[in-house]
Amino acid sequence: MAEDIFKGYKGRALEILKTFNVRVWGQAIIKTNRGEFKGTVLPRAENDDDMHIVVKVATGYNIGIDVSTIISMEEIGYKEAHYKIPEKEFPINPKNPNVKLFGTGGTIASRLDYRTGAVIPAFSPGELYGAVPELADICNITTEKLFAVFSENMGPEQYKKLAIAIGKEIENGIDGIIIGHGTDTLSHTAAALTFMVQNPPVPIVLVGSQRSSDRPSSDAALNLIHAAITAGHGDIAEVMVCMFGPTSDEYGFLHRGTRVRKMHSSYRSTFRTLSDTPLATVSRKDGVKPIKKEYNHRRKDRNVIIKPYFEEKVSLVYYYPNMQPDIIDSLVDNGYRGIVIAGTGLGHVNKPLYPAIERATKKGVHIYMTVQTLYGYCHMYVYDTGRDLMAKGIVPAENMLPETAYIKLGWVLGQTDDREEVKKLMLTPINDEITRREPYNGYLVYQGGVPEVEEFLRKFHK
Amino acid sequence: MKFDAFENYCYTRKAIGYVARKNATIDDYRRIGFMSGLEVHQQLKTKEKLFCNCPAGIYQKPNDYDAEIIRHMRPTLSELGEYDGTALMEFKTRKEIVYLIKHETACTYEIDDTPPFKIDREALEIALEIAMLCKLNIVGEVHITRKQYLDGSIPTGFQRTAILGVEGELDLPNRKVRLIQLSIEEDSCREVSDIGHRRVYMTDRLGMPLIETVTYPDMKTPDEVKEVAEHIRFLNRSTGKVRVGIGSSRQDVNVSCKGGTRVEIKGVSHNKWIPELTHNECFRQWALLHIREKLLKQIPDVSQWKIETKEINTHGCKFRYLPIIQAIKNKNKIIAVQLPYFRGILSHFTQPGRCFAHEISERLKVIACLEQPNMICDEDIENKEIASDFKQIYPLFHATENDAFLIFWGPDDDIKTAIETIEERCKLAFKGVPNETRKALSNGTTIFERVLPGPDRMYPDTDSAPIPLTNEYLQKIAQQLPVPLNKRYQQLIEWNVPTDTFTYLLRNNLVPLIEKIYHELQISPKFVATLLAHRLKNIQGKYKHKTSFNFYMVYEMLQFIKHNSYSLSLAHILIKEKYLHPEMDFDSIMHSINFQRKNKDEILSFVQLLRTKFIPLNPKKEKLKKHWIMGKIRPLAIGNVEMKEICELIEQ
Repeated sequence: MAEDIFKGYKGRALEILKTFNVRVWGQAIIKTNRGEFKGTVLPRAENDDDMHIVVKVATGYNIGIDVSTIISMEEIGYKEAHYKIPEKEFPINPKNPNVKLFGTGGTIASRLDYRTGAVIPAFSPGELYGAVPELADICNITTEKLFAVFSENMGPEQYKKLAIAIGKEIENGIDGIIIGHGTDTLSHTAAALTFMVQNPPVPIVLVGSQRSSDRPSSDAALNLIHAAITAGHGDIAEVMVCMFGPTSDEYGFLHRGTRVRKMHSSYRSTFRTLSDTPLATVSRKDGVKPIKKEYNHRRKDRNVIIKPYFEEKVSLVYYYPNMQPDIIDSLVDNGYRGIVIAGTGLGHVNKPLYPAIERATKKGVHIYMTVQTLYGYCHMYVYDTGRDLMAKGIVPAENMLPETAYIKLGWVLGQTDDREEVKKLMLTPINDEITRREPYNGYLVYQGGVPEVEEFLRKFHK
Repeated sequence: MKFDAFENYCYTRKAIGYVARKNATIDDYRRIGFMSGLEVHQQLKTKEKLFCNCPAGIYQKPNDYDAEIIRHMRPTLSELGEYDGTALMEFKTRKEIVYLIKHETACTYEIDDTPPFKIDREALEIALEIAMLCKLNIVGEVHITRKQYLDGSIPTGFQRTAILGVEGELDLPNRKVRLIQLSIEEDSCREVSDIGHRRVYMTDRLGMPLIETVTYPDMKTPDEVKEVAEHIRFLNRSTGKVRVGIGSSRQDVNVSCKGGTRVEIKGVSHNKWIPELTHNECFRQWALLHIREKLLKQIPDVSQWKIETKEINTHGCKFRYLPIIQAIKNKNKIIAVQLPYFRGILSHFTQPGRCFAHEISERLKVIACLEQPNMICDEDIENKEIASDFKQIYPLFHATENDAFLIFWGPDDDIKTAIETIEERCKLAFKGVPNETRKALSNGTTIFERVLPGPDRMYPDTDSAPIPLTNEYLQKIAQQLPVPLNKRYQQLIEWNVPTDTFTYLLRNNLVPLIEKIYHELQISPKFVATLLAHRLKNIQGKYKHKTSFNFYMVYEMLQFIKHNSYSLSLAHILIKEKYLHPEMDFDSIMHSINFQRKNKDEILSFVQLLRTKFIPLNPKKEKLKKHWIMGKIRPLAIGNVEMKEICELIEQ
């Protein structure tokens, strides 16, 4: 195929470029009935219209020119830009721990993709070192790109591959593992890895960035630095999510993979541990400082257990008033084997659903109840509704987060279909997906006591 | 031979041909090749900010805030794959940036925790209006671009900005000035403090819509620059849709001399400062070129040139210079630096009262975060007593008569950057004038602010879609354009309005008001113009206090006079009362000034009475009689009869 010299242009804009023989990256003088413009023709994002040509003018700004106003164009030069993050060889220091960074498609350092207008992640150790040179002082990083998918496209297949790859690295003696991941489903992957990679001897740290790494104020670099400290030097050998604690550039939180959830669409400190406190804080100054007293410590052995199983026919249903029974029926009729319901309050749904639930249980479908309040336990004994539902076969999943319950049910049903066995696996916590106690400050942090919180926000960096 | 630093300063000032501005002629500016262009920033009067729905134009006091947020800035690649020079400099400074947030004026957008919302249409339309008045070629599609600012003045690390038009022209009364472009952008934070490694900002102004008008460097004298700045200000204000008041319009002034480089003087908020600043900056560059010549002659091989540094053992030395004693007390490191072949350079004139050593000290403050005083050199033009301090230093080096020395001090962590900064600034002297942005001081001199950024700091905003500008949309805006400024000048001339009122009238956008009064109340523009630009201006100058007075009240006042058939001279009295008491209605004001309605005959009868009362002490001064009577009758006549009429009657 001939090289595309009209990157991203289509329709009328493409016609105009061809008519006047002007290429992308060509420097052009463009006469229009709004006056004359001069600059370098840039590629156009695929989804933008075909009515404009993008030009970079001498001052570095981009402008669009309406093709219907163009009288003539003349190419007077050509200079293609090579957008590349400076690559420097990552310096290896034998005194530093060795850390493996798996790439899944998140952005740590990134560059611009003109076709889509989005940013493409930079990834090789050299690129990372070019963008975040501080990493070399912390650990020796090697990288492997497992897949290049956006966070929303991560699924069972990727979870399993990731778990197996982690197992191999641990066997080979790595000191810690970092997984670069988009933030949207970061907590789902964290839960999946908690179940699939059990008893790890080293830290497994999932990290992403909320504000893209093409901005000077991005959280990407600091998150990566925190993740490197955690993976290379931290004592907590668990699957963790490492993201900003406050929105300020101060310290990160380490969250248990089963209790963490993304709580804001764009905020830096979007990840929160619900119904519990985070595991630890991590900062450049103080390293990893545990908040929780109990956690799995780093070990010398390599006794990790990899359980890469997942049943894909599992669904998560978010209950709403007036939900019709056919929602449940259609899942059952389509062969679903497990359903997690996010119910109201202490774990409730309306009466019209009862027959559908009964029918599903009879057909062998496993139904678990979680709460859409996210915080707190499913208490199905408190009201009659709850007791009725349990009688029809619904199992309350304690204080498991709905997404974690979904991942766990998929993982469990990947191993067994036996009703009691499923229930035993579901309700036996692997790493705090169900907690026996809920600390009062797990709920209170940032939420209770308005005047006190206001005072807190004034005094301390948010 | 004994070297005298102050003498050297005076000698070099003369040698480069420096003249004070008041003595400078056009020939002086031609000689040094004065060249200047402007970037005029103007806030737009909108209800909300440019990319979020926070209110615009509400300011907070520095100690009035609800939360603090911290950010660090890290350079990112430009679209063309380069790191920007300024970005790297800022990264070197390792600043902790603190933002003081107030709920009322900031949301998650200001702290970069939310992507931008759609551009404020009100702002876009005002900006397009001004772009059209500037005869710019309007773009077909607006592309929001990110302009990197790593100083922290914007929490994202970049300013969202977009070009609306290129290649325009201003019609000044005596010539035309070419424009490069006009852009719409979000305003930055206001700085609260910048001490050591901590810089504090307030976010109230952040995100307010702003336009930037950029001229070609067509101005050849400092006064011309000011004139063009004024013109752009008047043009912006002619729309009636821009903000006025302190900080609402600020200029960046680009200056260079023949053989020099573009240097940007940032944030000049008063146009009257422009001439002195540009004059001094041009001569500073001229001086730096002389320094370059000297150094290239003095130094055998500049490519091999480097500085020597020695940390000073503070126990072995006795210093007399107070800041060094203080620095030792503060447990700072004290470093001596040898600058080979720099004798006579550190005290070389650069600006009035300043010399090359200041160029180094300013960079130490900004880049290495060493608070001033941060150094002393053996060519200090103010302190002669430092010689004994330096005598202890010389033996530490292989010193020759051609070398200059300086001592600086600071915390251990900053020493490496400081040494690099000193060497870098000295090496830049071999090349001539460094690309810099400089901060304006009120005495007309400037100090280093940062390295001048280039086009490498531009990056497309991946968070926002391009905005098409259709012909229909632009036509709609074109219909609401105000009368062009050059037409306004013509109008004033045709109306016979005195030229000394022009600046006041245009600065306050008062021609439309005069025109309205002329058409609706049939009052002569010349009368209204002088009432505003002489009488009211005088009152404003005399009674400087906060008032809710606005210019539309002048219309209401004249309407009141017309409706009640008072004579116009009453306006001179009423305008002062209204200015001082804008909340009072005109009837009450009339009452408070004890106005009495009298017809012409009644007043004339007083004239007769007064004639008989006037007994001149000196019979020769009979003609004083008229003035005396006029003086006595004025308070009665004003508002009832025109004084001119009275005058004629007395003469009869």
